[in-house]
Amino acid sequence: MSSATTPPDSDPTGRRRVHSMLKLYYGLNEEGTAAEQAESLDPCDINGPHFDPEVYLNKLRKDCSLCELMDHESCMVKQIRSLDSDMQTLVYENYNKFISATDTIRKMKNDFKKMEDEMDCLSANMAAITEFSARISGTLQDQHAQITKLSGVHTLLRKLQFLFELPARLNKCLELQAYAQAVSAHRRARCVLQQYSHMPSFRGIQDDCHVIMEQLAQQLRQKFRDGGSSAKDLSECVELLLQLDEPAEELCDKFLSHAQSRLEADLQGLEAELKDSAFTDTGGGSVQKTSPGSNPISPSSSSVINPFLSPTAGTDILEFIDRGCNEFVSSLCLVIASYQELFINRPQEGELASKNIPEMANGKLHVFVDTLAARYFSLVERRIQEEKGVGDNSLLVRALDRFHRRLQAITKLLPGSAVPSHGTEIVVRAARERIKQYLSALQTFYHDSLTDVRQALAAPRLAVGGASASGGGVTSKDATPSLPELLTSLSNFILNQLKSVLASVHLFTAKDITFSNKPYFKGEFCSQGVREGLVVSFIKFICQSSRQYCESAGDRGGSTPPALLLLLSRLCLDYETSTISYILTLTDEQFLVQHHTPVTPVTALCAEAREAAQKLLNHYVKVQGLIISQMLRKSVETRDWVNTIEPRNVRAVMKRVVEDTTSIDVQVGLLYEEGVRKAHSSDSSKRTFSVYSSSRQQIRYAPSYTPSAPMDTNLLSNIHKLFSERIDIFSPVEFNKVSVLTGIIKISLKTFLECVRIRTFGRYGLQQIQVDCHYLQMYLWRFVSDENLVHFLLDEIVGSAAHRCLDPSPMEQSVIEVICERG
Amino acid sequence: MEDDAPVIYGLEFQARALTAQTAETDAIRFVVGTQSLKFDNQIHIIDFDDENNMINKSVLLHDAGEIWHISGSPADKAVLTTCYSKTSESRVLTCAAVWRMPPEWESGSHESPDDSSNNPQTLELLCHLDNTTHGSVACVLWEPMGDGKRVISLAENHVLLWDLQESSTKATISSSATLEGKGQLKFTAGKWSPHHNSTQLATANDTAIRGWDLRSMSQIYCIESAHGQLVRDLDFNPNKQYYLASCGDDCKVKFWDVRHINEPVKCLEEHSHWVWSVRYNHSHDQLLLTGSSDSRVILSNMVSISSEPFGHLVDDDELSDNEESQQEDKGKEPLRDSIIATYEEHEDSVYAVEWSAADPWLFASLSYDGRLVINRVPRALKYRILL
Repeated sequence: MSSATTPPDSDPTGRRRVHSMLKLYYGLNEEGTAAEQAESLDPCDINGPHFDPEVYLNKLRKDCSLCELMDHESCMVKQIRSLDSDMQTLVYENYNKFISATDTIRKMKNDFKKMEDEMDCLSANMAAITEFSARISGTLQDQHAQITKLSGVHTLLRKLQFLFELPARLNKCLELQAYAQAVSAHRRARCVLQQYSHMPSFRGIQDDCHVIMEQLAQQLRQKFRDGGSSAKDLSECVELLLQLDEPAEELCDKFLSHAQSRLEADLQGLEAELKDSAFTDTGGGSVQKTSPGSNPISPSSSSVINPFLSPTAGTDILEFIDRGCNEFVSSLCLVIASYQELFINRPQEGELASKNIPEMANGKLHVFVDTLAARYFSLVERRIQEEKGVGDNSLLVRALDRFHRRLQAITKLLPGSAVPSHGTEIVVRAARERIKQYLSALQTFYHDSLTDVRQALAAPRLAVGGASASGGGVTSKDATPSLPELLTSLSNFILNQLKSVLASVHLFTAKDITFSNKPYFKGEFCSQGVREGLVVSFIKFICQSSRQYCESAGDRGGSTPPALLLLLSRLCLDYETSTISYILTLTDEQFLVQHHTPVTPVTALCAEAREAAQKLLNHYVKVQGLIISQMLRKSVETRDWVNTIEPRNVRAVMKRVVEDTTSIDVQVGLLYEEGVRKAHSSDSSKRTFSVYSSSRQQIRYAPSYTPSAPMDTNLLSNIHKLFSERIDIFSPVEFNKVSVLTGIIKISLKTFLECVRIRTFGRYGLQQIQVDCHYLQMYLWRFVSDENLVHFLLDEIVGSAAHRCLDPSPMEQSVIEVICERG
Repeated sequence: MEDDAPVIYGLEFQARALTAQTAETDAIRFVVGTQSLKFDNQIHIIDFDDENNMINKSVLLHDAGEIWHISGSPADKAVLTTCYSKTSESRVLTCAAVWRMPPEWESGSHESPDDSSNNPQTLELLCHLDNTTHGSVACVLWEPMGDGKRVISLAENHVLLWDLQESSTKATISSSATLEGKGQLKFTAGKWSPHHNSTQLATANDTAIRGWDLRSMSQIYCIESAHGQLVRDLDFNPNKQYYLASCGDDCKVKFWDVRHINEPVKCLEEHSHWVWSVRYNHSHDQLLLTGSSDSRVILSNMVSISSEPFGHLVDDDELSDNEESQQEDKGKEPLRDSIIATYEEHEDSVYAVEWSAADPWLFASLSYDGRLVINRVPRALKYRILL
């Protein structure tokens, strides 16, 4: 319907419709047909194939009004008209085209006829040319054959001439030593001669040639054997010999054995040097001075090979390695290079290049290099082992570096060889060995410095002994001030030594050292070797040896001076607080240690050091306490307390005890901090012993007391004990002066108490003890953390003495005070 | 199962001497000697009633002087020796004597316990071990398991072997030995070995321990510097003939095999002051008692060096048959050398400890202030050792 409604004058749509209708007519179904078909099923579609005029008309009639029908009709008429005109135009166009096509075909017919004639003419001409050509070749054929024959004869003659001249030429070459020419000439002739050897004349030539070549080969071999010739000559030689069918294997062997003899000479030179240095090491300088001839041990071979060696015996390791590198390794490289040039990398030419030569040669070379290198390595290792002194590590490192570097050349030359890895192993071993040496050096250094300290301590100690015997307590102060100095110098010494060792070891990992980037030196060397093997081991060693001082010294005072114990204790404590972490941080930083494997943590080391410090300090307290208590014990045990005279003085022993305690106080004060103590009473030295202070208690000791009295005497001290804490006599001390002194005084006074308890006293004996205790009271309270401790122990002593007294009549407190102040 | 609380008994006087009544095997009985310069000294006989946890005491007067050492005869429970100091002409000398307890002390004390202190009976002197030529006596030792006829006294630097005759009323020196050396040598302690037919003696002087053969009266071994300081006491392992324990002023207890005297077999360092006394349990020698002037008594279990090493070898075959008992045994396994208990009932130095002769699980300790404490081995351990 839409088509019906479209205005007929819209030209493009109209034309398309025409086209499509034409297509329809010719049965051409194109795109868009589906849509059309959908439309065209409608019987009312005027353009559809199923158009039914009846239906259409009926529909129109049904649907439209009259007016519309009128319009429709006129429209339809208009469309029909335009369709008619379209048809006419089309028919006309087609007719025109048909006519022009007919014209063209007629014209073509005429042209083809002309061309046919020309082709016929051409074929006739070609036939004529063929005929002529055949005639010419027929005439020339004879001459050509003759010329060919002549030229063949000519070449043959030239060859023959060459053959006949060959012996002479070879001789000449031989004279001129132009071996290459000779060989190439002979090679050219050889096959021919071989082929025609049945003819006598050729046989003669062949024989002559053989003789000459034999001679030539002989000369070549001679030259090869001489070895004096340059590498280039040698290679030429080998090449020629190979061309002369000399067996390659034999040549390889010869070449290698020849090289070996030269390399062995180098090795022997090195060995001789090694022996010499070993000899001079053991023999000392005087032997070195004697002339080599008179020296019975000096090996003759070495002096023959290296006459210049013996006077400069005892070369350092760098020189040795240098020599090894320059002589042995470089010539080995040369040998390898030229050998490879000759046998392996040769351009393979002709029948000589049998496949297995390079392979065979390579195998031989490897064996050769390996054996020689093994010998060389063993020499180097021996030399390294001789390097015991730890003074200058840089020399060793440089030597090892050079050694390693030079071996890299072999890697390049001989990629599959195990030699460089062996070399690296040697370096690694040397490094390990070095670390061990450093550790032991550090240990001996530590021991030495301890011995020095010990001597430094012993020297003034003698002076003190002499001086104090004559009654002077002043010198003891002169003896001790060096303690902190000794400590700082000792710890500085050790630290510096450790640092210098670290610096030395650090050389192994320097960037410019070739082997420093090997995995061993990056990882294991740093963490396991340096950190664990050197630093940690050393710290552990310090703790260990410190602990040994506590154990081996024995309990009888031992051989270790107490001051040393104190000093070591402080040293260990310092290590615990700072030095260990400092050292380890330093190490970690210097060596960039990456911990692949578990390493000892700082805390564990610190704990160990602290434990050692504690042990040492405890031992110090024990030793010092023992010295004082020994003095007290002797003084109590050797005296007849029943028949003693009335006390006029404080006994000298007590003065000595106070003196010693004071000097210990000074000594400890030099190294340890003061520490905390309980508040003192206003005048501690003036305190009196409660048991005796009141007159009431004095009565109790009068001869006439009642039988119930003993219960009372116990009561007071028992009540005291109930309220005071139990005293551990030998107990661990803290790291401060007061605690140390408290420990020492505790031990001493407890000994005093126990000794008093097994003696029996007379009246004056008790009074003497009273005086002594008061004196101790006056001077000892200031040293301890809790003065009540001293009071308590002294009370116990006096109380026990009173119990053990046959005639307990105590001295007046005022008298005691007077005596003590006078003393 | 709780252990019984310790039983404490207080003496009026200070005391150092304690012994178990060796010949008495039925009653648990300890004898304590007091030290007092002003009053008459006493011997307290303390009976412990295990079932009622009660103490019965009887007091005998010992008016000769203060008692330093006491030891009971192994044969006759009424006979004992004391070392006591006697002051004469302002000179103190320690003497030794053999005493007999009056036969009626037992009944008498029971009749009137309240009066016992008022009217105590006196010890009957049997004989003096006369020592005027030899100096102060440090201790008197009875022949172990003997018939009560032989005693040894250690006086200064002499070892004196006495024969007691006529029912102990007469003592004669049968042989003697003298320790020679530089300085003033003095025995501090000694012990008569129960092994080797009672022919060996061990003594201590200063830091050395010496062994003596009583047949020849000659020294057989000497452990120089056995302790860092003075050796205070010794005891023989009752079951292992070459083993002895010693203690001293270095706060240590050491165990020795006298065949290898260079090194102690073991060393304990648990006390914080001098160790004055060391005693092996008579039946179970892994139990060791030590008393120290740090006022502590320590009971240790030294399994590793005892005659009853852990794991009864005999049982091995049976164990393979019975898995349950094996597991049980494994449960008991961790019986190691260890301190069993530290007793802190004392407040003064403990100078003597002693196992009861009658009950192997009971012991007494005596401190200077006169406090006697009776303790038991913890029950758990006791059953462990027994079962």
